[in-house]
Amino acid sequence: MSIGIIGRKAGMTQVFAEDGTMIPVSVLIVEPNTVTRLRTAERDGYTAVQMGAGTAKRLSRPRLGQLRDLPRVKHQREFRVDSVDDYQVGQEVRLESLFAAGDKVDVTGVSKGRGFAGTIKRHHFRRGPETHGSDSHRQVGSVGAGTTPGRVYRGLGMAGHMGDARATIKKLTVVRTDPERNLLLVKGSVPGAPNALVMVRKA
Amino acid sequence: MNVLDAVTADQIRTDLPELASGDTVRVSAKVVEGNRERIQVFEGTIMRLRGGGIDRSITVRSIRSGVGVERTFKVNSPRIDKIEVVRHGVARRAQLYFLRDRVGKAASLRERR
Repeated sequence: MSIGIIGRKAGMTQVFAEDGTMIPVSVLIVEPNTVTRLRTAERDGYTAVQMGAGTAKRLSRPRLGQLRDLPRVKHQREFRVDSVDDYQVGQEVRLESLFAAGDKVDVTGVSKGRGFAGTIKRHHFRRGPETHGSDSHRQVGSVGAGTTPGRVYRGLGMAGHMGDARATIKKLTVVRTDPERNLLLVKGSVPGAPNALVMVRKA
Repeated sequence: MNVLDAVTADQIRTDLPELASGDTVRVSAKVVEGNRERIQVFEGTIMRLRGGGIDRSITVRSIRSGVGVERTFKVNSPRIDKIEVVRHGVARRAQLYFLRDRVGKAASLRERR
């Protein structure tokens, strides 16, 4: 596993490839991250690099104590690595040191919350007839047989809370990096609304 | 400028003339045939203008050998060599779908002065 970087989603747009095809891209704002902590097998039982991003206006005293003289970062996330030897606390990590156009990346974020969603939106069920006396417009339909088995099977798709969950989109292609503006363009969509926190790792 | 506009700003073309629906234009597009590239010219009336920013596109309609032909071009595409405006036509809407139902002189638009 290699280290990743924390960024924000700006939104989606399109760019032209050289041959004139349009590529749908997600624009990620990835400002330089700071290594805020190293997790080692001896001390923590696992190896990871903790990264910090953003600037916090206010920080709780415990977090200030942890950061000490490091930049006052707003967000911190850990990335599991095989070895922490290449990193030091306080080190700055920029996006161009990790990614170049053509690379494949995994993007993790929190998906948009959909609230309590029905089975059609949540599990792509089909709807019933809208007319001809039908009342089963967006009903779930049958959830199983009667006396045998006499219960509803586990894992059956039903209505419930949808979205607002951690989601990873794998193997997205990096279309362009723009170190001057701290931008990373990846082909396709990534989880979350504009301004949502995302983590980008090498696929 | 918002970030998304800034990303596409350098691909938006500024070398093209102002386009309006109803105009007769000559579009020179680069096409690849086998392994060589050449420029193909398509002339007709702008029948549809849609989109903004990087996504702006025009649909050009012309009658070829008695058959109506429509081609859509992404205005900002790097595959477009140039666009020349031959004639300005009067059009009061962006989408001139009524041209499809008209033949001959009825399919022409008054010239704008």
